[in-house]
Amino acid sequence: MGTHLPSTEFDGTAVDDQREADAEAVMGEPAAQMVQLLGPDGKLGADPVFSDYADKLTPEHLRGLYADMAAIRRFDVEATALQRQGQLALWVPLTGQEAAQIGSGRASQPQDYIFPTYREHGVALTRNVDLAELLRQFRGVSNGGWNPRDTNFHLYTLVLAAQTLHAVGYAMGIQRDQKFAAAANGAGKQPDAAVIAYFGDGASSEGDVHESMVFASSYKAPVVFFCQNNHWAISVPTNVQTRVPLSNRAKGYGFPGIRVDGNDVIAVHAVTEWALEHARQGKGPVLIEAFTYRVGAHTTADDPTKYRQSAEEDAWRAKDPLARLEKYLRAEGLADDTFFAKVKADGDELAAYVRRTAHDIENPDIRQAFAKVYKEAHPLVAEELAWFEEYSAGFAGEEESAGHAAKAGH
Amino acid sequence: MTTMTIAKAINEGLRATLAANPKSLLMGEDIGPLGGVYRVTDGLIGEFGPDRVVDTPLAESGIIGTAIGLALRGYSPVCEIQFDGFVFPGFNQITTQLAKIHSRSNGNLSVPVVIRIPYGGGIGSIEHHSESPEALFAHTAGLRIISPSNPHDAYWMIQQAVECQDPVIVFEPKRRYWLKGDVDVENPGPSEDPFKAHVLREGTDATVVAYGPLVPVALAAANAAEEDGRSVEVIDLRSISPIDFDTVTASVQKTGRLIVAHEAPTFGGIGGEIAARISERAFHSLEAPVIRVGGFHMPYPVAKVEEDYLPDIDRILEALDRALSY
Ligand SMILES: Cc1ncc(C[n+]2csc(CCOP(=O)(O)OP(=O)(O)O)c2C)c(N)n1
Ligand SMILES: [Mg+2]
Repeated sequence: MGTHLPSTEFDGTAVDDQREADAEAVMGEPAAQMVQLLGPDGKLGADPVFSDYADKLTPEHLRGLYADMAAIRRFDVEATALQRQGQLALWVPLTGQEAAQIGSGRASQPQDYIFPTYREHGVALTRNVDLAELLRQFRGVSNGGWNPRDTNFHLYTLVLAAQTLHAVGYAMGIQRDQKFAAAANGAGKQPDAAVIAYFGDGASSEGDVHESMVFASSYKAPVVFFCQNNHWAISVPTNVQTRVPLSNRAKGYGFPGIRVDGNDVIAVHAVTEWALEHARQGKGPVLIEAFTYRVGAHTTADDPTKYRQSAEEDAWRAKDPLARLEKYLRAEGLADDTFFAKVKADGDELAAYVRRTAHDIENPDIRQAFAKVYKEAHPLVAEELAWFEEYSAGFAGEEESAGHAAKAGH
Repeated sequence: MTTMTIAKAINEGLRATLAANPKSLLMGEDIGPLGGVYRVTDGLIGEFGPDRVVDTPLAESGIIGTAIGLALRGYSPVCEIQFDGFVFPGFNQITTQLAKIHSRSNGNLSVPVVIRIPYGGGIGSIEHHSESPEALFAHTAGLRIISPSNPHDAYWMIQQAVECQDPVIVFEPKRRYWLKGDVDVENPGPSEDPFKAHVLREGTDATVVAYGPLVPVALAAANAAEEDGRSVEVIDLRSISPIDFDTVTASVQKTGRLIVAHEAPTFGGIGGEIAARISERAFHSLEAPVIRVGGFHMPYPVAKVEEDYLPDIDRILEALDRALSY
């Protein structure tokens, strides 16, 4: 995979330097190479494998990647504000990780199926999930919010790493579908598909990640493991989860592992496209570690000042994924003030739409919850619902507020 | 009508499922050439190939988790957990994912995964091979739990579990795997609905409810009681979630006394749930408190003393005496 930057040269923070020195001591060799095409200075470098993929990005594509990153950052600001105003119970910000999410999401094709964790709002955008619907679960009106069948973007999974196994099983299903199509002489053949499983550096310690990589490797399942190493699992730094770069783990399972500059949208897009092709062609899984940073808090309930220095955050702000692409687009004459003004206006429009829609979301009725426990009729659920109806009916004539309390099950 | 063991009946049921439903597949540890440690999947890999009968890596969370993914892609996986005590590495996937995905998705997704678990004691085995963890799963909404007690039910219930659109756990009474009985492979007859209880024996003095491995014990106890002039009705619950309370209630309204027997510890068990529900539904019919017969509040004991732990005929008869003493 060519000559890449040693990651120490790239990140330059004392914490990361120490980690890489530790890893080198453990492994007896430089820890990992990092694929980077677009540096923080906005200059495009070369890579023997991935430049070919980057070259496929037209100016239109590049402007699109910028617009997507700007849109999701604006959305993040709006959702945070909605939480502060009490419109959302919680928000999980993604600022800093736009390139990792937009770059990988835009590399996927409609037939691919994506299993996110809970912070992949940028990937959701690339899969055409209605971002207002995405807020439903953070408002407490749904545990899902969108129909994954419409977008091939699965629901958020809050139990860390559980979805990595679902992704591998889904990929095993794709393999079987291909055999069915082959047995039917290609009748009903769909375009080759792959799966992406997102997870974090913290989740990488969960046993399900290990098991999913074992299954994927054994069955050569068409799945791309996409780990966003954003340096923190709430308050715990990555070196508690691993002594070596996470991408190195792939070697132990017997498939390629790539560490990519997660703040370089061009490189992320390139490596993900390569990995998805690899998977779709039946060559098996790939692990991508996107080296990035969670610039904001873990969630709106978190206080990063308790566990990290603001200097670290500043060092990473200097590697901002949007700023470097803007530099590049301007320097190459691919985008001008008019373009950036339009992007800003579009972002404000998206924010207004999301705000409007969030205010309008109606509270659900607990009867809907009764209806969705099982797909087939269930006597206990029916009996408890009947009891609830009778109980609620007892409040019928009373004030609206009392009736509402009964309805909500208080 | 053919005579076969419970193990063979499940094997035949799985064979029928694999033949009828091209999207069905079996997954588990050692279920391929070996046919499973209890040989329940014997011969199936030869007939259906390794894509339909999958020897998986040795990882229970992995088995359940990938089965969920396969179900999301439109497949019907049937997972074998090798022994009851080894389901726990997969407990997270079962309770936080499998049970909840339909609800989480507001009904847009369903995950019709079947999990087969050989369970229960009485086989003189080492630790973790004799447990009855059904109540832990029954407490989780979104799952259905059934347990056959005879070959005919075993043949049909496994197929019905696969047809069901909800996740189903089938607890298989492992010490009865070699129990023989008639199976009508043409017609399920009264076993049409896997979630309905069966009255196996009519009686007027008391009702004994059991499921899985204790059904033959309950029947034997009823026969012994008859010699003492006591008429005992025996119900095979068949489904542990949901529970067919209508059948149990109707029986208790007739007999006035209820004993529930299971191998699992009584504390927090299915018997307690049945006792509570029946005391609400049939309070005025009850002549005595509902009495539970079950395991003690201890880790499943060593094989040499399991006889003292497991409910047997005498334990059920003792409970009957108590019920009749009110
Ligand atoms: C199984 C499980 N344990 C604990 C938690 C609580 N929790 C939520 S997010 C989080 C940190 C996850 O860190 P990481 O995987 O790096 O993802 P990030 O939040 O950085 O995107 C923890 C501990 C959880 N959701 N699931
Ligand atoms: Mg993290």
